[in-house]
Amino acid sequence: MKIVVCIKQVPDTNEVKLDPVTNTLIREGVPSIINHDDKSGIEAALQLKEKVGGTVTAVCMGPPQADVALREALAMGCDDAVLISAREFGGSDTYATAVIVAAALKKIGFDIVITGRQAIDGDTAQVGPQIAENLHIPQVSYVEDIKVEGDKLVVKRQFEDRYHIIEVKPPCLLTALQELATPRYMHARGVVEAYEKEIRVFGFDDLKDSLNPEHIGLKGSPTNVIRSFTKQAKGQGTLHTDLSADEAVKVIVEKLEERHII
Amino acid sequence: MSKDIYVVVEQRDGNIAKVGLELIGEATKLAKALEQKVVGVLLGDKIKDKAKTLIEYGADEVVYVEDPMLAEYVTEPYAKALTAVIKECDPEIVLFGATSIGRDLAPRVAARIHTGLTADCTGLDIDVYKENEEDPGRKLLFMTRPAFGGNIMATILCKNYRPQMATVRPGVMKRLERDASRTGTIREIKVAFEPSDMNVKIREVVRETHKKSDITEAKVLVSGGRGIGSPEFFGTLKELADLLGGDISSSRANVDAGWAPKDRQVGQTGKTVRPDLYLACGISGAIQHVAGMEGSDYIIAINKNDTAPIFDVADLGIVGDVKVIIPKLIEAVKKYKTANA
Repeated sequence: MKIVVCIKQVPDTNEVKLDPVTNTLIREGVPSIINHDDKSGIEAALQLKEKVGGTVTAVCMGPPQADVALREALAMGCDDAVLISAREFGGSDTYATAVIVAAALKKIGFDIVITGRQAIDGDTAQVGPQIAENLHIPQVSYVEDIKVEGDKLVVKRQFEDRYHIIEVKPPCLLTALQELATPRYMHARGVVEAYEKEIRVFGFDDLKDSLNPEHIGLKGSPTNVIRSFTKQAKGQGTLHTDLSADEAVKVIVEKLEERHII
Repeated sequence: MSKDIYVVVEQRDGNIAKVGLELIGEATKLAKALEQKVVGVLLGDKIKDKAKTLIEYGADEVVYVEDPMLAEYVTEPYAKALTAVIKECDPEIVLFGATSIGRDLAPRVAARIHTGLTADCTGLDIDVYKENEEDPGRKLLFMTRPAFGGNIMATILCKNYRPQMATVRPGVMKRLERDASRTGTIREIKVAFEPSDMNVKIREVVRETHKKSDITEAKVLVSGGRGIGSPEFFGTLKELADLLGGDISSSRANVDAGWAPKDRQVGQTGKTVRPDLYLACGISGAIQHVAGMEGSDYIIAINKNDTAPIFDVADLGIVGDVKVIIPKLIEAVKKYKTANA
């Protein structure tokens, strides 16, 4: 079984802070991590391999520094790693990203593709399904459990009010929820080996024959960000700083009455 | 030429999702700005009789695709049905609820028909876009959404492909009052399904009806943050919530600590809520939390720390100890209710 897991390197958004003066994002010093859902995807891929044999390839699209995320994936136990990186790929939206990643996956070959459900920086959850469409394979998203039965996968697909137990035959793409698997730690030996392994890099020339160059990068992206801004807090209400508990309760009850809550 | 705003209204077991009606409400505003129509889209099995509901909530027309293959949500049959609708009707805009169905279906279809899709929008507007000074301009859908965990907002356009597509979080837009006298046309779109369209097999459907109440539906939310001190205090908050006819919710910190289940979490990685009253108890108000509750009609915050950012969005802020104030508030509300019974 050839399992490919797609990962994204993201800034740890919990660590992102706003500059109180300029009201802009402070990105310096914010650690880069493997996106949480994707890391669960790596773990699920490794567990699948332990059951059915085969290989796990980690794939990441990003700048050359994203190599760090792939080293971590190797240290967790992935067999090899591919970095998709080129100037031409920069500025891609989810549509264009999926075109590029799908082209890379065709070159790598796969039975099962696993992506995280969504990334914590963009929060779109779109790239997984869009890769599946480009590869013309079935997708099952929001996957919470994977079992193998003969030549089929039996997966638990989560919805808000129900779940489905779904049979799907490879080739297919699954998007992993964090609940799918708790990522293992890297081994010390794994870390050393990870830095000895070679990470293949796919640039534009490696993929240009299997994608439409008009459909990638900033120019090929159907959507464009035209402005970004920090949110304005809504107008401040009344703040009472020195009420006793009883006085506070009185003020609250008055408001509850005024708002017809009670 | 593409025209009209299509709202894909999700149904499960024939029950219309609230977010679909919210989007129809929002679409009526956009349609006015474009001088176009709002069209509801229903996909399912035996769902024709639900079409009238969409019209009563503001749709001018409804198109539907019915087939037993659409009884439960499966990506490929739904993607095929919606692609057929888009090919036949050529919409200007297509909107989806950002649910576990909408966020599976919309990207698949956007990739199939080659257009842009903006996820999890919190604001939609029609405005004139000009490429440069000479450009006379044209009306586009301005889609605004949070990114970086709610730290920044981005406005996104899809200039050159149609339809312009967006998913919108449940609870962000407002539905219109139901008007049973409204009328509109209802039309079936025939799709020729093949057995091979069902490319996965549903072995089992497990409805989780016990799956507790949904905080996005609550009129009043009493929400606990780290300041409540212990998981047990959620019991006290629940007592207050019950008295106010509401429910309890939580900050991410308490969910991460295992004090509250994940489905109670309000915020960027949790749910967006807009109750009539949001009572924030011991919640500091991290930007990720505020992103999920600032649309509430009225916000009361109680926090020990007078510089807590939650006070920036609160309509009424009380600096004090929730552990003292809430029990007293429960007594006061009980007393009020008895006196006014």
